[in-house]
Amino acid sequence: MSRALRRVVQGAAVAALVTTLAFFLIRLAPGDPFATLRENPNLSPATIDDLRTRFGFDQPLVVQYARYVRRALHGDLGISVGTRRPVTEAIGDALPRTLLLMGVAIPLSFAAGMALGVAQAARPRSRFDRITRAATTLLYAQPSFLLAVVLLLVFAAWLGLFQTTSGLGFLYGAGSGWAGFVWRVRELTLPVLTLVLLTTGAVARQQRAALLEVLPEEFVRTAVAKGAAPRAVLLRHALRNAMLPMVTLLGLAFPALLGGAVFVEQVFSWPGMGRLLVDAAATRDYFLLTGCVLVGSVTVVVGSLLADLLALLVDPRQRAS
Amino acid sequence: MTTLVSGAPLAPPAPAAPTLLRRLGARPSAVAALSVLAVLAAGALLAPWIAARLHATAPLDPMSAGSRLLAPSLAHPFGTDAQGRDVLAQLLLGGRVSLAVAAVSTLIAAFLGTAVGVVAGHLGGRTDALLMRGVDTFLAMPRILVLIALFALWPTAPVSGLALVIGAMSWFGLSRVVRAQTLAVRVRDHVAAARALGAGELHVLLRHVLPNVAGVALVAATLVAGEVVGIEAGLSFLGLGVRPPDTSWGKMVQDGVSFLASAWWIAVVPALAIALTVAAISHLGDVLRDLVDVRQLPPR
Repeated sequence: MSRALRRVVQGAAVAALVTTLAFFLIRLAPGDPFATLRENPNLSPATIDDLRTRFGFDQPLVVQYARYVRRALHGDLGISVGTRRPVTEAIGDALPRTLLLMGVAIPLSFAAGMALGVAQAARPRSRFDRITRAATTLLYAQPSFLLAVVLLLVFAAWLGLFQTTSGLGFLYGAGSGWAGFVWRVRELTLPVLTLVLLTTGAVARQQRAALLEVLPEEFVRTAVAKGAAPRAVLLRHALRNAMLPMVTLLGLAFPALLGGAVFVEQVFSWPGMGRLLVDAAATRDYFLLTGCVLVGSVTVVVGSLLADLLALLVDPRQRAS
Repeated sequence: MTTLVSGAPLAPPAPAAPTLLRRLGARPSAVAALSVLAVLAAGALLAPWIAARLHATAPLDPMSAGSRLLAPSLAHPFGTDAQGRDVLAQLLLGGRVSLAVAAVSTLIAAFLGTAVGVVAGHLGGRTDALLMRGVDTFLAMPRILVLIALFALWPTAPVSGLALVIGAMSWFGLSRVVRAQTLAVRVRDHVAAARALGAGELHVLLRHVLPNVAGVALVAATLVAGEVVGIEAGLSFLGLGVRPPDTSWGKMVQDGVSFLASAWWIAVVPALAIALTVAAISHLGDVLRDLVDVRQLPPR
């Protein structure tokens, strides 16, 4: 238990470091954020002056940061220029939608990737192994927006199976009952499929490698010698010992998936964090931009932390030492 | 003394570059990947000339509707876009920017990552701990979000600024890999021998450690190259990276995405170029990894 607590404290420290870094990196952008805000006709000069003093932007950089953190801890991330809404409110609406996207995509892609990796490792260098690995290599490392555009082209523009824009049901209410459920699933399908296709290859690759590393070991040979069925050897003896890299990968997958979600949301008009960030970018909405990046960073750190805790749960060795 | 240290008997067993290239040449798929990249690079280099020739043989008038959104034909193999420009010409011109940004930011990342990794691994102790803690923090940060915010607030960023910032934000994973390899190399006999003969730390670092880390750095840099192609394309796709009048493949996809249903070629042609480039680089990375035998690479 104390080990888990230590991970949580470490996670909090990482979150503090990451958000600090992100804050200063954004401030590195040339120009005064308030100059860009003043270009926007939506905000009155009085509101801008209020924001400026409230967050201490007339003070030195360190004071600005301290004030920003204090305000943020009180749930005040400033005001969004475009909508004149508090940033926390806008993020509060958008974040759950992105988490839904990731929450559906992560289990699906890990299940598919692990299954594929096991199937490949069961008969390495077979035709199935070679063909599927070539396919995942092609997909691997492709930018997420590219895949999203291709799926949009094929399934929405050519086949007409889906609308070219999603997320409207979530925005305006898809209705309840069966019809509403179907609507939501239809909206989720293409964005989730994009994220799943992008992640599955990486998962399969790791799972295959981890299994191939475990298979020559002695306990596997023992299992074979005592007459266990090949399937049992693979799934019960080998796979169990080749799962830990998957949990590690889960932790590493969070930054990549959130980054991927930004583009997926843009292509499919999914009204989540990515869409909010890109809209904020278009209007150079300083507080909304900073808020999105900081909340995004914290989300990623929390995700990695959960993966870390999962590793403690899965691997007794980590708990014991 | 120095002649003795750098003399033949003590020369570190560094993998010679020509050997690596020859072994790469023995793999047909690696040759194919290299050829794809070579063709795209050649197209980018010759872009202004080819574009002029294209314009001379099949002139287009941006002012007339008859030049816009033309489907692929003999005169315009990849069709024309909504502004009445030849997509092939745009592809080559965009490739100049996309490939140049990728190359420059990869070089920057390789330099920074190797420098930090070698220094951290070689010096060890507090320097190492501090540097690696910093690297871990950067690795935990969703880089693309920060880049989006940065370039949103810096709308006048020139292409060189884009390459610089992307490069400066892409060396963290590479430095970890290089550090791990440095830790393995610094305890080898030839390093100890060089030290015993009185070689200075800097000499040991540059002549005995660095050459043995180069292979690993090369593999990691290939991974970085694949990433930065995607990052530039993604930023430009969002309208934040390369801005008019410059164009890049990502920008072209952005321009074409609203014509997917009617004129698919505008987005699909540059998208294919990006996909081919990324796939070729990522395959080269795989082959190089086999040849160099890297253990310490992060999972991908």
